[in-house]
Parts: sequence; C-alpha cells; structure tokens
Amino acid sequence: MRTKAIYFDYAATTPVDPRVAKKMHECLLLDGNFGNPASRSHEFGWKAEEVVEKARLQVADLINADSREIVWTSGATESDNLAIKGAAKFYKDRGNHIITSKIEHKAVLDPCRQLEREGFEVTYLDPDEDGVITLEALKKHVKENTILISLMHINNELGSINDIDKIGDFTREKNIIFHVDAAQSIGKINIDLSKSNVDLMSFSAHKCYGPKGMGALYVRRKPRVRLEALIHGGGHERGFRSGTLATHQIVGMGEAFSLVKKEMEKDNKKIKELSEFFWDQISGIEEIVLNGNKKNKVANITNVSFSYVEGESLIMALKDVAVSSGSACTSASLEPSYVLRALGRPDELAHSSIRFSFGRFTTKEEVKMVAETTKRVVRQLRELSPLWDMHLDGVDLEKVEWAHH
Amino acid sequence: MAYSRKVIKKFEETLNNPSANNVGRLDPNSDSVGTGMVGAPACGDVMRLQIEVDSENKITDCKFKTYGCGSAIASSQQMIEMLKGKTLDEARSIKDREIAKLLELPPIKLHCSVLAEDSIKKAIADYESKKA
Repeated sequence: MRTKAIYFDYAATTPVDPRVAKKMHECLLLDGNFGNPASRSHEFGWKAEEVVEKARLQVADLINADSREIVWTSGATESDNLAIKGAAKFYKDRGNHIITSKIEHKAVLDPCRQLEREGFEVTYLDPDEDGVITLEALKKHVKENTILISLMHINNELGSINDIDKIGDFTREKNIIFHVDAAQSIGKINIDLSKSNVDLMSFSAHKCYGPKGMGALYVRRKPRVRLEALIHGGGHERGFRSGTLATHQIVGMGEAFSLVKKEMEKDNKKIKELSEFFWDQISGIEEIVLNGNKKNKVANITNVSFSYVEGESLIMALKDVAVSSGSACTSASLEPSYVLRALGRPDELAHSSIRFSFGRFTTKEEVKMVAETTKRVVRQLRELSPLWDMHLDGVDLEKVEWAHH
Repeated sequence: MAYSRKVIKKFEETLNNPSANNVGRLDPNSDSVGTGMVGAPACGDVMRLQIEVDSENKITDCKFKTYGCGSAIASSQQMIEMLKGKTLDEARSIKDREIAKLLELPPIKLHCSVLAEDSIKKAIADYESKKA
C-alpha cells in the first residue's frame, strides 16, 4: 500500500525498519532459522535459541540490564498486565493497595480496574497541569498497605516525562514494587536500569521500528522481584510466561533495540530540530494551546488544541495527514481525551486536541507541508465555527448557558 | 473513523467554499430572521441555524455555522438544502432520520442529525416568538 498521506502518528506505531525486517525474514523459512528455541534435541532448536538469546542481550544492553531480567511478551499491554496483576497477586499478603495515575495507558488502567473487582484498592493520582506525576503528589497517597506503584515513563498523548529515578529511590526505600510502562521511551530517552530503582518495566517493539505483537517485561533480579504468571503451559521464560517463543518477532525486537542504541542520538537530534521547526511554523496560529510542558517532554510528540475547532473535523480536514486525536485505542469513541481532562483542560479543549508525532523517517518537507495545511484548515474550520464568531464578538463562552445533550 | 462518501463530499465542499455553501450569518435582530443554536462545546458540537422568512411564511434564505465533527457539518449542509424554499410547516416536518438516511450516518453519529432537527425547531420558534 502506498498512499500520498504523510504519516505523523509515530507514537501510535512505527513502520518496521528495513534492517529489522531483513533479520526477521531470516527466521521464517525452511532454509532459515525457523526452529523452536525450546527444542533441546537438535541443531534447529539450538540455532533458534542462540538468536533469541542474542536478542535478549540486545534488549538488555540498551537499558543496562542483565539479559536474565528480560521476559518476552506479546507487547507492552501483556507486559503491563503481567507486571501489575502478577505483582499484586504475588505480594497480596503484604497489602492490597495499588497506586497509579489517571493518565496511564488503558493497558495499565484496565488491569487496575480488574484488580479492584478482585478486592484490591487502587488510587488513581491526578497529574499536574503539565501531565506529570510528582513524587510529592505520590507521597501523599502512600499507605502502610501499598504494595505496588505503576506509572508511565512518557505519556503517550502528551510526551510528558515522569522522573522515574526520583520516584524509584522513594519506592525502594519504602519497599514498594515500582512498575514503569516505558512503551513510549525507547529511542527517545535514555534508560539505565543499573541506576534507576525500577522493579518492573514494560517495553514494546513496534514503537521503535520493530514488529507489532512483540514486547518485553524487565523483571529485576537484585533485589529480586517475583510475579504470579498469567499464562501457563510449559514454563517458558523461567515460568513467567509460557508459550513457544516467536523467534522472528524476538529477533526483530532485538535488532530494533540494537539500532536504537546505535542511532538514537542522531535520530533525536533530527527529530528535535523538526519539532522546533514545526512549532515555529504553527505557534503563530491564534488561540493555539500546547498541551504538556515544552521543557519537560520528548521532542517526537507535539500535542496541541486549537480553540473553537473540533478535533475530529480537524483530522478529517487534514485528510492527507495521519495524526491522532487522543490515543488510537479510543479514537472510535466520541469521548474527549481522558488524559487532557485529567490535566484540568476544559472539555472543549479536550475535544480539540491533536497529536502530531514524528519519527525516524520524517522529513523537513513533510513537516513544512503539514504546518501549512494545518494553518489553512484551522482557518477554514474557524470560518465554519459559531464559537469562533462568538469569540470574535467578545462573548465569554463560559458564561453561555448551553443545552447539554 | 470511516465516513460515508456523501459526508466527506459535503464536508469538503463546505470547507473549501463556505460562502457558496450557506455558511454565514443573518442579522439575528431582524424581525424576519429566526435563530436556533443547539448543542454545547463540552459535548463536541454546536450548531447555529438562521432562517429568513417572508410574509407568506416561506423560508427564503438560510445560513449556518457548525462547530463539530465532519458529520455534524455535513448534516447542517444537508438540512439547509432541505429547508430552502419550504414553508415553516413543511420545515417543521423535516425529521432527523431523513437527514441521517441521506448522509448514510452510522449509529454513533446519529446525534448529528438530531441536532440538525433541533436547530430547525428552535429557529422556527425564535422567528415565531418575534411575530407573536
């Protein structure tokens, strides 16, 4: 499929890097490395095991961990489920209180809801106005029976960054298990698990030019963190996650992580320049609001609201540009972004938020074109907007009595 | 979200040529103009319909502005096409279902056509209150 549309939704997913695809392809066919890594009795199995272990080293190497701390999963959603449900159930004798935040991905929120149904108590923290969970805010809610804290490293809608080092030092001191969803982090920000006191960390391959359906969970060995497995059937992955290992997927993730290690600095420099260029181009639009704090966010995500313009119509008008409104999982519903709502943004701004996200293959030409198009369609849509009329007439929309439906 | 081709066509026509597609406003204080504004910013759509009515209760002109998704904008446009030249009684009988059917709106977007029908009722009521 080739379309003329410009892809500005790298935070939703990335294309597989051709170098990654090549490695994956080598593990599929009869004349390739197709064996079952768990087969101990022949060369096909040994060869497959070898590349799986190499990939484990590649992943561990990027985040400065021991390869024995990496558990393969089907993606960050499974990693989050395994971490949260697995830790909560294993440590339930210590207590039943869990802390997370209101702006987590659904892959964290939904397992927490499930645990609530099973008798756990969950506190959902409010972020500050920039979409950050501070240690101070967290401390206020920690109780004697808190066993687990789960927070994202980088927010998928805003790109805002939580200080996981600072929070990790605190949770270690309190002997609380600390899980971090780092699905958006790889390739955007350095992670050093020899320094950060994170106990469990979720990763995804497809957010950094690897294949979909592939992820990993980091499970700390020192001090040792234990989990109750969710999937049983053979005791693969040291009992944490049974099921035949998907050699080609794993090799793809390993290669993707190893490319990140080599090229992250170069990629980030380019993306930062493009992002600044983009903001220079669009920040002159009247009544534009940048969601998240420019000083504490990753460069690849720019989330903006254009007042008096509704987000879905903006996406429709930007027809040759692939962007998203809120997160991809929720774009089929009519709800405004729950992340922006949690920041205390009024509903109308939450309805009008657009996430532009750049990546390895984004060009300056594309950024220029999208900036121009955005400026044009915002102007066009405002011409159709009764709210913009009222704004120009000096009507305070907050004071109008609307008939809610 | 997949839109029907009809919605996309109406939306794009309106976007690219608003003045030829009934976007605008009429003087709300004129005795011959009725204004109906429905919806709320917090819900994601606001529709403003204005009708100009002659002495024989016939709609001679309509203008609208809509804040909302593509279907809401297309529904407004569709509604205007149905309104022009109608008498108030005929206009009153326009149903949201007709608009939805013509635009092939999916269930999740039916509120757009409901909003359009509401704006007609409100605009007529506003006009009639000025005559009363």
